[in-house]
Amino acid sequence: MTLTLVGLSHHVAPVELRERVTLDLEAAAALARSLGDAVCLSTCNRTELYVDGIDEAAVLAALEQLAGESLDGVVYRLHEDAAALHLFRVAAGLDSLVPGEGEILGQVRAAYESVEPGSLVDHVFRQALAVGKRVRTETAIGESPASVSSAAAALAAQVFGDLSGRRVLLIGAGRIGELAASNLASRGADIAFVANRTLETAHELAQRFGGRALTLDDLAPALGEVDVVVSSTSAPGPVLHARDVPGRRRTPLFFIDIAVPRDLDAEIGRLDGCFLYDIDDLEAVVAETLAGRRAEAERAEELVAEEAERFRAWRASLDVVPAITSLRARAEEIRNAELAKLKGRVSDDERRTIESVTSQILNKLLHLPTIRMKEAAVSPDGAAYADAVRHLFGLEDE
Amino acid sequence: MVEVFFWPALLGYGEAAFAYASARTSRAATWGVRIGWLAQTALLAAQAAGADAFPWSSWAGSLNLFVWFVVGAYLIWGCRPRFRLLGLAVMPLAAALFLVARIGGGTAAGVKSGYGNVFLVLHVGLVLAAFAGFTLAAALAALYLWEERRLKRRAADILRLRLPPLASLEQLTWRTIAVSLPLLTLGLAAGVIRQRERGGSLDALEVVTLGTWLVYGGFLALRPTGRRAAYLALGGFALVIIARLVLAGSHFT
Repeated sequence: MTLTLVGLSHHVAPVELRERVTLDLEAAAALARSLGDAVCLSTCNRTELYVDGIDEAAVLAALEQLAGESLDGVVYRLHEDAAALHLFRVAAGLDSLVPGEGEILGQVRAAYESVEPGSLVDHVFRQALAVGKRVRTETAIGESPASVSSAAAALAAQVFGDLSGRRVLLIGAGRIGELAASNLASRGADIAFVANRTLETAHELAQRFGGRALTLDDLAPALGEVDVVVSSTSAPGPVLHARDVPGRRRTPLFFIDIAVPRDLDAEIGRLDGCFLYDIDDLEAVVAETLAGRRAEAERAEELVAEEAERFRAWRASLDVVPAITSLRARAEEIRNAELAKLKGRVSDDERRTIESVTSQILNKLLHLPTIRMKEAAVSPDGAAYADAVRHLFGLEDE
Repeated sequence: MVEVFFWPALLGYGEAAFAYASARTSRAATWGVRIGWLAQTALLAAQAAGADAFPWSSWAGSLNLFVWFVVGAYLIWGCRPRFRLLGLAVMPLAAALFLVARIGGGTAAGVKSGYGNVFLVLHVGLVLAAFAGFTLAAALAALYLWEERRLKRRAADILRLRLPPLASLEQLTWRTIAVSLPLLTLGLAAGVIRQRERGGSLDALEVVTLGTWLVYGGFLALRPTGRRAAYLALGGFALVIIARLVLAGSHFT
């Protein structure tokens, strides 16, 4: 059994190449099955094949067939502990474009569950999923937003907590504004109004979010009915002034201005109960959280290294397990043979006592050698220990 | 006997006070709070078992009980990872007051008490529990003001050094006061009954405590929001401070 990884990622391959080898889940599973004992992890940033006992050249050939060209100098090939460590880093989001992004863990799970790998690949993927979960639980790497639009939604949640039922007014049909609205909607907010210079465009977007379309002239009345305002028009000046904002509200009003030049009068931010973030503020928040992610990534790397060490120990223990099993079987065989000699010479009660005592003696006698062999397994002498045990106890033939 | 419980309690609170400073050690801090509070509970039980009457009648004894109520309220409302900074505000104060209570003799066993009357016991216990709740509410209100200021100023680290959302802080402040005010009301009623039995007139502490009741009563009746709510909660707490730290001695003697 040898764990091998052959793959390419955004670190080494340009998007023109990656898009040729990117497969959907079904196609990736089909490729893995066609190779044998394998799992194919294919996302927009990477296509990687984790295989056991398959010729590396065959795996590379399969990738080159997809790419339509030679992949020399682009693919990486890793084996055993290095391949496991790589997979653990991938599952933890440490190899991603944005460190700590959480989507990759779901993709690793989907790739693993789409096939039925053998014991080695199965073990390394199960451990990778556990590592990914552990990193997200024990570090704050995935808690911070990594884009302007997700930062806007996270800030709104910092004001309102749960965004379920919070009403949003989206001004303008710009791409970033739409993304911010989508992020808010994914957190449970209700995109109640979409306002635009042309009502037709507003209708289109409003239909998609299930809201009501408005023209820019109807903004002021709508403000009394919403909690969050997202603005991203291409207007040359402010579309909303401080005087338009209703006073003395019981709940805060959160304004997100993603437009350049800005859509929202800066005075709005000074009003009681109003919070205003423009594009520079959001970018500063993202930069700060990314710095935080990098700090958390260091902790995550420590956890991943710890797990890789555990994998190495497990892998090494596989070399001594047969020797341990044979030793115990041999001891048990001798015990049973000696017990058989007692047949008819002792009562049932005495026999049970003797069985119990001999079993305990055997267990106590073999406990320390078993532990020592497992400990030695992770050292370079592991195989020598196993050979010595086989030789000393005459287990070579078993 | 009580020594056995005092030091683990102080150690737990002290550990929490320091461990809440970092997100990495906040889990250990939470365990410090839990273990410390259990040890203090055992300490109070030991004090109660060895006393002939209410054992926390002195100012130091009531401080001991007050700390137990504050930490207990924190355990119920705020002992969560997102409330780490609340722990950082509450636990150093709890550890310091607990130490002061010990220096004043409030954690000793076998203290002679003149508090045998049930109404007096109820009065002291309930008022202290209410004051503990108001202390926690004030900490929550202070956190609200700080977080609101950071949001207003558009602090770049707002999501990195993350506090609970404004809405949660506001709601928790309100709930804590909503639980504490009935306790204060019952405590004051018990005190009035006791005073009628014994006779005597209103002292300064009683006047301030009535003022506290009015402020928090107004808080619940008017249900203000935002900064106004936070300022009102802190205003009520200022009266609690006056009652506990400035006037408590005269009332107890």
